[in-house]
Amino acid sequence: MSDPAGGAAGPDAERDPQHTQPVRVVLAKLGLDGHDRGLKVVARMLRDAGLEVIYLGLRQTAESILLAVEQEDADVIGLSIHNGGHLTLAPRMVRAVRAAGLDTPVVVGGIVPELDLERLQTAGVFAVLGPGASATEVAHTVRAAAAGHP
Amino acid sequence: MTAEPAASPEPPHAVPATHDEPHHAPGDVGALFERARDGDRRALGRLLTYTERGGSAADAVAVSALPLAGGAHVVGITGAPGVGKSTLTDRLAQVATEDGWRVAILAVDPSSPLTGGAILGDRVRMSSAAAPGGPFVRSMASRGQSGGLALAALAAVRLLDATGHDLVIVETVGIGQVEVDIARTADTTIVAVSPGWGDAVQANKAGLLEMADIFVVNKADRAGASDARRDLEYMLDLGHRDGWRPPVALTVATTGDGADELFKHVQDHRHHLRNSSAGADRRARHVAEEVRRHLHRWVDELVEHPPEQAAALFAQVAAGQVAPAAAARQLAGELGELGELGGESREAAGDDTEV
Repeated sequence: MSDPAGGAAGPDAERDPQHTQPVRVVLAKLGLDGHDRGLKVVARMLRDAGLEVIYLGLRQTAESILLAVEQEDADVIGLSIHNGGHLTLAPRMVRAVRAAGLDTPVVVGGIVPELDLERLQTAGVFAVLGPGASATEVAHTVRAAAAGHP
Repeated sequence: MTAEPAASPEPPHAVPATHDEPHHAPGDVGALFERARDGDRRALGRLLTYTERGGSAADAVAVSALPLAGGAHVVGITGAPGVGKSTLTDRLAQVATEDGWRVAILAVDPSSPLTGGAILGDRVRMSSAAAPGGPFVRSMASRGQSGGLALAALAAVRLLDATGHDLVIVETVGIGQVEVDIARTADTTIVAVSPGWGDAVQANKAGLLEMADIFVVNKADRAGASDARRDLEYMLDLGHRDGWRPPVALTVATTGDGADELFKHVQDHRHHLRNSSAGADRRARHVAEEVRRHLHRWVDELVEHPPEQAAALFAQVAAGQVAPAAAARQLAGELGELGELGGESREAAGDDTEV
């Protein structure tokens, strides 16, 4: 990423973190769900949009994701769900985050029936990205989530 | 099954704007540092972010960390992509943790030079990272700063050292000079290869190998492992440095075979450094190297974003009125006066470059 603030003022000049620091997003699949192809595509989309993706991959638990968020100081959690367990898994992740005293936004991607969207929103999920989401939309949503997390 | 219109400017569940820990407030460095020393992962995670971003918050972290650093043994692991560095790092961390060491891992991956983004995938191979009581793992992207990555990584290592970790493992892909530099500024540098990577001729010409304190032939269950070891031993027969002959370990990182032996080599090398002048020599070299890099970075910045006088000089060079070397000499002499350099840097630049 270029560093416009670091020009003639020298490398140690104060930078505006909001504009020059890459968003860091943890991507994971929670529980027993082996469909990680979509998540790998999303990882690539986000990288190409200039984000830093901390890729955890398959078979994570809410605790292991939380641990990574803390150690990596991540701005956003991206959860991929393709096994129909979104109504259980996504709220569990949100609860774990809040219980830890964090406010890291959780973005869900995968197969989620329209019928369930409202329940996920009520549970505190920041946004849900379905199969039709474009690369631009994916990156925009994750950035918006990060921006809500100053 | 359409996507929610999440791209709307007002997301329905935007997080409230109030936080216990403002994400970008450097004023809390002292408190965060105390918490990090008490084992608070989140505090340490935040301090590492400050370190990575540079600026005054990073300076504040460095001031807190410096007096308390120096206790950790720093191990650098490098090698070509795919030889198994992450898995090996994970195994080494496991063995050390079982032996009672507090372990931290810094996994450095390249950023895309085109977009600035990065996929940091080392945690996938680090199952111990997810276990309770496992090592503290941080992924770092190179972010394409000129020489800044090596400096940020050094500062991060020092922070991990100062917050009570006994062993800090830095993992980098051995493909770029900066990555190699990071691995080289460790106390113990491990170079990992896999069977079939090359022969004795390659072993002699590859600069990567000259900095190894320990060699690992990973994937040693595959054909050609003993050949790879033999080639490395041949090379070492011809000479080595500092009174230390690098051992060649055979490992199968996926099963953990050889990890104990590797950890023993690390401990042996640590004893070697402590019980000879090699350790002090090496640390002195590293300090000089770090200062040199800061200086280098100032020069890079100056050239990339030249102030008016320098820009005019560059134009003269382009026009053939001034020789490039003469322009460089002139700039070196004026380095202290140009740009917005700090007092310390000005002195350093002047001392080092006056002609």
